[in-house]
This record gives sequence, C-alpha cells and structure tokens, in this order.
Amino acid sequence: MSEWTTVIKPKNSLLDIDLKGIWRYRDLVRMYVRRDIVTVYKQTILGPLWFLIQPMLTTVMYMFVFGGLAGISTDGLPQALFYMAGITLWNYFSTVFNKCSNVFAANSSVFGKVYFPRLVVPISGTISNLLQFLIQFCLFLAFYCYYAFFTDSPVHMNATALLFPVLVVMLAGHAMSWGLIITSLTTKYRDLTLLVSFGLQLFMYATPVIYPLSAAPEKFRDILAFNPLTSIFEAFKFGWLGSGSLSWWGLLYSLGFLCVTTFLAVVIFSRVERNFMDTV
Amino acid sequence: MSDIAIRFDNVSKIYRLGVVGTGTLVHDLNRWWQTSVRHKEDPYLKIGQTNDRAAKGDGDIVYALRDISFDIRQGDVVGIIGKNGAGKSTLLKLLSRVTSPSAGCICAKGRIGSLLEVGTGFHPELTGRENIYMNGSIMGMTRREISRKIDEIVDFAGVERYIDTPVKRYSSGMTVRLGFAVAAFMEPEILVVDEVLAVGDAEFQKKAIGKMQDVSRGGGRTVLFVSHNMGSMRRLCSRGVLLENGMVKYMGGMGDTIREYLKDEVIQSSFDGADGDEKVLCLRKASVSAAGRDMITIDSAVRVEFDIDVARKIPSLVAGFNLCSSYQYPLARADYNDVSQQASLEPGSYHLAFEIPPYTLAEGEYKIAFDIAERNVKRYTSEKSDLTFNVSQGETLFGNAFAESLPIKSSLIHERWFRSIQRR
Repeated sequence: MSEWTTVIKPKNSLLDIDLKGIWRYRDLVRMYVRRDIVTVYKQTILGPLWFLIQPMLTTVMYMFVFGGLAGISTDGLPQALFYMAGITLWNYFSTVFNKCSNVFAANSSVFGKVYFPRLVVPISGTISNLLQFLIQFCLFLAFYCYYAFFTDSPVHMNATALLFPVLVVMLAGHAMSWGLIITSLTTKYRDLTLLVSFGLQLFMYATPVIYPLSAAPEKFRDILAFNPLTSIFEAFKFGWLGSGSLSWWGLLYSLGFLCVTTFLAVVIFSRVERNFMDTV
Repeated sequence: MSDIAIRFDNVSKIYRLGVVGTGTLVHDLNRWWQTSVRHKEDPYLKIGQTNDRAAKGDGDIVYALRDISFDIRQGDVVGIIGKNGAGKSTLLKLLSRVTSPSAGCICAKGRIGSLLEVGTGFHPELTGRENIYMNGSIMGMTRREISRKIDEIVDFAGVERYIDTPVKRYSSGMTVRLGFAVAAFMEPEILVVDEVLAVGDAEFQKKAIGKMQDVSRGGGRTVLFVSHNMGSMRRLCSRGVLLENGMVKYMGGMGDTIREYLKDEVIQSSFDGADGDEKVLCLRKASVSAAGRDMITIDSAVRVEFDIDVARKIPSLVAGFNLCSSYQYPLARADYNDVSQQASLEPGSYHLAFEIPPYTLAEGEYKIAFDIAERNVKRYTSEKSDLTFNVSQGETLFGNAFAESLPIKSSLIHERWFRSIQRR
C-alpha cells in the first residue's frame, strides 16, 4: 500500500541501503564527529597536541628499531620523513579499521534502544579520523619542508602527489569495508575479534609501511602486490618523496578490490544491522 | 481505513534460547543446507510452541510474538499490558526498528519516535547542552529543530544552572530528567514509550505524566505505552492491548483491558500451607470470608483470619496485611500491634482475626497481601499467600456512586457520609 510511510518487514532485498535515511541523519553524523574529536582529549593538559606527539614518538621508535638496529633501507631518504609518511597513512588505516570493526559491539547499548541508519556510526568514525589524519599530515608536511629546503636530502615531489585525495579516499574505503565485514561477522562469532587485533599488526608488516617495496626480495614483491594497500602506500611515497614506484595497474587492482569489498560489506552489514540485537 | 496509524499484520518474532556461541555455526550450516539447498523446513523451528517461560519445552526456539494482528487508529493512546515475558517490549522494539520481525509486516504512517530508555547516547564528557544535541539527533531531530526547542527542553528538565557542565558531574536524577526532556520534545507522529515514567522524583514524575497527557491529547499523536503501573496507564491511555505468551489476548478500552489482565491472576480466597521460614516465622493458614454469611457484600463485614507459627523470639514482630484495590493501589494496612500494643509474641502458634466493618469497601475486587515480618529486617511472606476477594453489590440497592463500570464514578470506599438534606 502506498499510503504507509514506514513498512517494517523481516527481510529486504540484497542491496537495501537506506541512503536517503543516512542523508536525513546527516546532523547526527556531524554530532558524532564532533563528539569524537571533542571528547578524546578532554581533561588532558596537552589536549590536541597528542595528535602530534603520538606519530612523532612512533617515528623516533621506528628510526631506532628498524632504521638503527635492523638497518632496513629507506631508499636513501631521511629516515624520519620516510617513517612518518608510512606511519601517518597506516595510522589512518588502522584507526578507521578498528573503529569500524567494532561498530556493533561498541554501540550495542545505543543501537538497542533507538533506530537510526547504523551506517551513520562508521561513516562518522571515518570522517572524524580523517580530521585527525589531516592534522598528522600537516606534521608530515612540516617535516617535509624542513628536509626539502634546509637539507640536501634527495626528496622531491612530483605530479603524482596530486593523487593524494584519491589515495586517502581509497585507503579509507578499504579500512571501512573490511571493518564493516569484520563487525558484521563478529556479532555472531566472536572468534574474529581475537584475530583482528594481532592480525592488523601482522598486516602492517605485509604492507610497505616501514620498508620500501624495492627493498623486498623479488619473489616476495609479487606476493606483496596482491595486498591492495601496497600500491596506495607506494604511490603516496612516490608522489611526495620521489622514491618507490607508481604502478597504475596496482592502483587499478586496488580499486577493483575496493569495489568488491565495499559491495560485500554493504550487503553483509545491512543484513546484520536488522537483527544483530538478538545475537550480540 | 485511512485513519489507521499503525497496522500489525501477522507479526511474529522468534528468539533462540540458550547460549549463542559454540554449536551455532553447525546449526547455521545445517539450517542453510536444509532450507536453501534442499528446500525443506527449518529444522530448528518447531511450530506450535508457545512462549511459556515457566514450562519446559523441547526445541530451543521460542516465539516472543506470534501472529500479532491489530490496528491502531490515529490519535489513540494505547497501553500495552501483560506479564513479564508476554512480548510487550519485543513489540515496541519491533516498532522502533531496533530489531526486525521474523515474519509478518508492520505498517505505519508517519515518523516513529521511541522513548525506550531515556538518555540514550549521553556521553559523560559532553556538557548538558552538547548532549541535548547529541541525544536529539540520535532520535532523529535535526539541528535546527533542536535549536528551536532547546530553551524549552532545558526549562523542562530544570537543569539550567548545569547546562554547560559535563554530564558526568550531574546527579543521576538530573541525567534522567535531561534525557526525558529531550525525548519529550521530540515530535514524531507515533511515539513509543517503555516504562520511562518511573523516573525522577515525585515532582518530576507528575510533570512527565502531565507532558505525556499533553502529547497524547493535542495534535492527534498516536502513542504506545508499556508500563506496569496500572494507575498511570489508566489515566493516560484510551485503549489497551493485553498480551499473553506473545499473543493478543484482549483488546479494548483501557479499563476493560486492565480488568481482563487482573482477572487472570488466580482468585484465591483461602490459603493452606506454609509461607515463610518454618524455623523462624511462617504463615500457616489464611482465609477471607464474610462474617456470618456465605458471600461478601457491601453490607457484610469482611473477616480476615490467619495462623502464624513463631518458632523463635522475634524482637519486633509484624503480623498483618495490606489491602489493595484491583488496580494494585494500596488502600489500607492492618497489623496486630495496632490494637494490642504488644511489641512481640512468645514462640508458639497463634490465630489472628481481623474484621473490616460493613459499608467500608465498595463493590469490586480487592487483594490482601500478608505481611508477616520482623520489623526492618525481613519479610517472610510472599506473593503465594496473597488472597483475592470480591465485594458484590448484594441485595440492597444503593445509589450510583459505586458502579465501577462507570469509570468516573468509581469509588473505592463505600461512603456513608450522607446525613441530611433539608429544604430551605
């Protein structure tokens, strides 16, 4: 019947995303983003400075462990800059992924009481982390300027740097779609949550974050190419630092991979969101 | 047809009992194999089981709701009542889309707002004002809507002075008031309310009920209530739905529905057995009857008698009962100490008798809940010894002040206050 405005039925079609609903709840996305940013460092003295301290300390640690002790090549680039590029990108990926991968578990008390399009939460998480990422990226730029203008290190930007927004969106897309798949599966089977935390750590080493792809032995390079994040990280470093490689095929593969996982994520997520309260 | 706001059409909801975890993957695979590949029935779904939480059943799937079909007209304020586990909350959850039905379909006209629990999504670190925005947008209000109403909301909650303080510094009462205030000012066409009226202090409760009455009276809003407080339900609701074991048992006017619900509680006019702790204090036998007659009527005295065993010296003994009206409203309390002033009894068995004088109670159903206890320490009697009795009109005809069937004229006390009437 056409006069009903809300029809609640057991099962809807495979691809039933309430895009209109999400748009209607855009103010909620805004509130969530605001909340995330405002509350993280409430009652801290340094406040938002923590956004910068964390990647800096990590960089110093990596310089010591991977650069100093292990002596992994950085393609001739200053270690600080090289690690910071990797860490900034990787941080964004891992925080978005973590945020999305426990959407259901972390919000079950709210989800259990009110209805709103559940996708609002992962979307706002991705956006609020984007702001954090941009702040950290500014830190990277500051380092970049220092090395580019005050030292004679071989850093030079090229036109590929313009791909930056595309790369970030792709990275966010990967993180979100995997996260959504994980969270949907873990409402029923908790096994995956145990896998996720250390799996993510392992995955970092399977991605050229702390090493350049060129430093990997030939036979592993082909395997690494299967990782859809490889080409994103490489393209980023190529554009901004001038090292690494730009592989259009790799990026295309990554994009295709993204389309498939996004589709899967949306299908699974919209299935689970309707009934997850019964199993979580 | 066109004035129907919500239609439930054969709605069912199935829940799985037991632990979800190990074994479910096997079940899931088996179910998928049986239903999708071999096109057979779901092997775990046993048809024909009702949801009786006390009875043991085979199969680990129950119907929380089963083939629920009814319509709610626009502007109706509907109270949903039933025992614990009858499916009330499930029904509201389905309607507020927290979870989806297993079968059937719910159609509704207009925005559905739910007030399942107040303060949803409050973040302790955010200030009251920020939380109003947060909570409001979770419930589907836009920023502009909230900005328009924020003064009213703050005023209603009565937290003006604290509005820019983080909510974690609020007292729990203030948090709840703020939460309720936000929800109360949300303006959906259909409002779903679950047990939220029991919040805050007495003054705020009055305010909350008043607000709910405004909401339901003005603007043709459709409201669905779930509560165990029959008194407020009766005041607020015009229609009632009685659920039992996940099925609709009765639907009609609120007064009739409540009566139907309470009628179900087994009428017990005498109790024989032991209620309490036999080693300390226990109620043995109890009965309620008309003194010297076989039926309790308005003009007969009601005699309440019971035996107690006092096994041990108890410093401050309570032995009496509470008299409640059919809407569970407490009317009076009687205790043996009221007259005899004895602080306690020596160990032994006692027989106690009480008498409610004639012309005290009006026609209707009453409940006696025994209270055998050690004062301020422990109550030994439980619900199982509750007695119920009916006071009927009897043969004498009285005025129309007591006819319970006329809701406005219901009187619980059979007054005989009339003295004289004189022409001047």
